[in-house]
Amino acid sequence: MLQLTRSKPIHRPRAGTQVGRVMRTKTATRLAMALPAVVWLFIFAYIPMFGIIIAFKDYRIADGIWGSAWSGLQNFRYLVSTPAAWRAIRNTLVMNGVFIVSNTICSLVASVLLYRVQRSIMARFYQAAMFFPYFVSWVIAAVFVLALLSTENGIANQVLARAGVESVNWYASPQYWPAILTTLNLWKGLGFWSIIYFAGLLGINEEYYEAAEVDGASRLQQALYITLPLLLPLVTVNVLLSVGRIFFADFGLFFNVTRDQGMLYSATDVIDTFIYRSLTQTRNIGFAAAGGFLRAVVGFVLVLGSNLLAHRIHPDRALF
Amino acid sequence: MTTRTVSRVRSPMVYRIQNRVSELLVHALLLAIALFCILPMMLILSASLSEEGQIATIGYGLLPRGFTLEAYEYIFKVPGQILRAYGVTLFVTAVGSFLSLFVMALLGYVLSRPDFPYARHLAFYVFVTMLFSGGLVPWYIWLTQGLRLTDKVWALILPYLIVPWYVILLRTYFAGVAQEIIDSATIDGAGEWRVFFQIVLPLSRPGLATVGLFLILMYWNDWWLALLFINDRNLQPLQYMLYNILNNARAIQANVAQSAGAVLPLNTVRMAMAVLATGPGALAFLLLQPYFIRGLMAGAIKE
Repeated sequence: MLQLTRSKPIHRPRAGTQVGRVMRTKTATRLAMALPAVVWLFIFAYIPMFGIIIAFKDYRIADGIWGSAWSGLQNFRYLVSTPAAWRAIRNTLVMNGVFIVSNTICSLVASVLLYRVQRSIMARFYQAAMFFPYFVSWVIAAVFVLALLSTENGIANQVLARAGVESVNWYASPQYWPAILTTLNLWKGLGFWSIIYFAGLLGINEEYYEAAEVDGASRLQQALYITLPLLLPLVTVNVLLSVGRIFFADFGLFFNVTRDQGMLYSATDVIDTFIYRSLTQTRNIGFAAAGGFLRAVVGFVLVLGSNLLAHRIHPDRALF
Repeated sequence: MTTRTVSRVRSPMVYRIQNRVSELLVHALLLAIALFCILPMMLILSASLSEEGQIATIGYGLLPRGFTLEAYEYIFKVPGQILRAYGVTLFVTAVGSFLSLFVMALLGYVLSRPDFPYARHLAFYVFVTMLFSGGLVPWYIWLTQGLRLTDKVWALILPYLIVPWYVILLRTYFAGVAQEIIDSATIDGAGEWRVFFQIVLPLSRPGLATVGLFLILMYWNDWWLALLFINDRNLQPLQYMLYNILNNARAIQANVAQSAGAVLPLNTVRMAMAVLATGPGALAFLLLQPYFIRGLMAGAIKE
């Protein structure tokens, strides 16, 4: 089931033999090697999982997790009756949906373009330039977005002024933000995904194209009948895996680039920013934990399901 | 593609011209995409070199408005805070990436051994953490109340130590080391540690480099852990300092505007700070991006 290990039969030597003793010390050493990671995972990943009971408690910092009173489904009832929670869920799903579609289409196009000029000296420049934003933090992105959209001296409003259009108070106009965030998400992810698809294109045997050309197929026909079908498994798997994480938003993008402006929440508040604010600002901890719990459960089902499906299509790309 | 056999249907001449035109078109499109990716960073650089007065009257531009190093001079007049932030970021990046790579490589190695009887159990143990997590709240409470990591430099390192995806990547690289080499070393009396350090690690250098570089940039760019766990100004990493400067004017006073009386060139100082925070990371990227790309492509079409 797990792709994490090599699938080879394990030979267990009989106890007491020379080989058996050597094997046992070997195994003991290996267990020792894995120990730091095992301990880390226990402390930083497993223990917090049990903390999920906070969702069912009226958590007070002074009383701690065990001392706080049980509150049953109180937090969940409060959560589903909060319009802001529903808004965050809607924004997360819509924005992630738009991101998946725009990312897939644009990076596929970019990878095909790269493939077309792969032997040119410029190809490496294009790749590097497109990949660069992947390593720029959202904090830095927020800085240039401010230079573009600042009401008084931003570039966008200068352009509008030159065209004779009234300037826009961008950080108070939520209607523009789905487009702005989609553009930024593309800016950051395009290089990464087009490299993945470019690698996929390089894996297609060139003889197919040569044969098609001999038969007089146009470039469009080649793209439709050779490239697309052969790349489809890779694309499907990546889309599936992204859909598996559709309830998880990119906190850095939604929090930094919008500068956490309350005026924009109607379009930009996602589950992650909502939970963060409930935890740190409104200090409604049980409420935030309830949101996190629901998301963890839905996320688990989706990630598991999408990986199971992805495995059937393209075993190498899935988790298991 | 240009060297491909010429089609029999269209005449060679027409074909060559068509080919040339479409190639130029592709170059134009790719150039536009590349500019779309790089221009924002040029904008920050230009703004940091602009004159504050001109930004206030005309606004930001893709080319510097005037040319001055005023913003940088202003920051380095009282450099204490920014140098500290650099120090924190450098420490966290160096120690964090090294520790993380070491711990993950050990785990990846053990998982890659075909004759390790508990490989499946161990893999499952790692795997569960990729599928399920308690979410932000229990994690945050455990780290602050239980482990008491608030305002400790380890709060910026430990929570990122293991990234399961990178463990998988490392395991794949290690599994590619020929079993015969390892077997012959074992017969010559090499123990597990020796095999790991002297055979498997050196033979997996490209894999280690790829993951190592991803880790370096992960730690260099991090502001999230500081946002959650750091209140002490002396423990601010660069990115978090910049986040503060961007989001409240009071932070800029506290961090850079310690020289009384001077008028703060707020707009350009922000941009100069962004340049200073990106600079070393961008340089590392430029030098090492061929490895990233190669490593990523190898991962995409592995096995």
